[in-house]
Amino acid sequence: MSAGSQQVFVDGVGLWAPRLPGWEMAGPVLRGEASAPETLAARPKPPLLAPTERRRATDTVAIALEVAVRACEHAAVDPRVLSSVFACTHGDLATSDYLCATLAGTPTLVSPTRFHNSVHNAPAGYWSIGTGSLAPYTALAADRHTFGAGFLEAAVQVACESRPVLSVAYDVEARGPMATVVHSRGMLATALVLAPRPSVHSVARITWRLVSAVAPRPTLARENNAALVAGNALEACLVLFESLADAAPRTVVQTLTGSALELVVEPWSVAAPAAG
Amino acid sequence: MPDLPLATWLGRVAGVEGQPLPPALAAWESRNNRLAWMGLAADGFAEAVRAARLRYGSDRIALVLGTSTASIGASEEAYRNLEPDGQFPPHLRQPILHAPHALADFVQHALELHGICVTVATACSSSAKVFAQAERLLRTGLADAAVVGGVDSLCGSVLFGFNSLELVSPEPCRPFDPDRRGLSLGEAAGFALLERDGPAGPWLLGYGESSDAHHMSSPHPEGLGARIAIRDALDRAGLGANDIDYINLHGTASQKNDATEALVVADLFPATTRASSTKGWTGHTLGAAGILEAVITWLAMDAGFTPGTLNSRALAAECGPQIRLENEAAELRFTLSHSFGFGGSNCVLAFGRERPA
Repeated sequence: MSAGSQQVFVDGVGLWAPRLPGWEMAGPVLRGEASAPETLAARPKPPLLAPTERRRATDTVAIALEVAVRACEHAAVDPRVLSSVFACTHGDLATSDYLCATLAGTPTLVSPTRFHNSVHNAPAGYWSIGTGSLAPYTALAADRHTFGAGFLEAAVQVACESRPVLSVAYDVEARGPMATVVHSRGMLATALVLAPRPSVHSVARITWRLVSAVAPRPTLARENNAALVAGNALEACLVLFESLADAAPRTVVQTLTGSALELVVEPWSVAAPAAG
Repeated sequence: MPDLPLATWLGRVAGVEGQPLPPALAAWESRNNRLAWMGLAADGFAEAVRAARLRYGSDRIALVLGTSTASIGASEEAYRNLEPDGQFPPHLRQPILHAPHALADFVQHALELHGICVTVATACSSSAKVFAQAERLLRTGLADAAVVGGVDSLCGSVLFGFNSLELVSPEPCRPFDPDRRGLSLGEAAGFALLERDGPAGPWLLGYGESSDAHHMSSPHPEGLGARIAIRDALDRAGLGANDIDYINLHGTASQKNDATEALVVADLFPATTRASSTKGWTGHTLGAAGILEAVITWLAMDAGFTPGTLNSRALAAECGPQIRLENEAAELRFTLSHSFGFGGSNCVLAFGRERPA
């Protein structure tokens, strides 16, 4: 295997942000054919979870599970066959704020539920439990290069294992004193089902490679679109979803540490069989 | 750390408090990064990476590190010492210190690496899974070498968090003992440099990864995910269970982990496979456990020796003949290391003193 270009096929897409609540409605907005809702959508009810867990679910769990489920539905794939990569810059910032504040005051009163929700792999763990998937997941972070690092690991797994992989990324708003140093606003979650080969479900082909760059310059989403997720730690990834919505070939750069990921995004569709 | 109103035993690294980071790296100052720095300085590791940098170029060496809590201890300290206007104290205002990527960002600067740099945070399997991720980067040619490892340090979040789950033992942990009372928390830093080839082992022969799909803080009762990870590791290594001379077990001394893991080992391995938990020496170092126990496994292979299970006085009924309490001399060709994490994330690594014929 060489370090040259590699291909993955996008079979399913999920996207959720308060002003882009779902991939189906986001498409026309990102193409400029419709305007984004003025009212912020309420946090999605986390799918897959039992009712008690649903009530206690953190924002990261709710939005990560929402986009993961929708992307699998879009790809018409059984989630249990997918390995998964969950990428998040900051983890659940409300839970970090709760833990740090409780530890500073009454440390012996730390809630066991909120403690286990604090682990970075909580959304991935709930995904595995909710879907019954025994396939491996991982949970990653890479500061401002988190989206690129997650996509890269998913694409590398597709290449190495020749199997489809679910790539999820999400970040939420900083709370409490933590918000004075950690900057992330609103909520944004994305999911892609990436496959090694094209199928009837494929909507795009992404040809990817690493490009060296001392200070890589990310491709930016169009101004109107960028404003819809501005301030979220993952805002730079929106351009990829804009490209997927555009259905026209486009080259998109996502940064990594010391290098960048160049993604050539092209629409893909298997010609409909002749009527007969 | 705050004074602990907890009656427990800790695997605490002595002297971390008295070893500040060098001035050029002072912006990353935290207990976790100090421990990382101590690890990099040990055993000529930083020099080995410097030599690899000259061989491959700093942009061709990937950095994949595991941690469960990174520098959250610094965030806890900031919350205990907020300024009257609610700001963090000035020395704790570096945003990266409060991010899960704090450790890898620090090590990347300390080692002057410019390749792919990523944090794996899957709780107690973190620094085992880094081997799998790094191997894939080498296999696909995205890097020529990789620094892997992990660091986790004692902090309020894990001490009081595990305490809230009633998993912490009031005495030094006794893995696989019928009267075990839970785990002892510890801290550690460990690193390894992975290359495609070299004059001598140890060799990473395979890895297995799986999920339990069962519960956030409790293993699958029949160890379903663990079994899949073991099979995956053996298959990738081209080995059978009969080939395995020693297994470094996850063996946290929690009731459920040890009962399940003992059953799985008794089911899958012959009596000639020796197995033990070394957490009696180190405590459970969480996100650093994978690398720490990989290193212990390599030392055992190198020395022709299997560590026993410190502190444990007897073996629980579920244990097969594989699990040993005493240290023993033994020729070890092929070994496994188990890491089973919170959130049902499992990783098993297969190592060889030599490559299989």
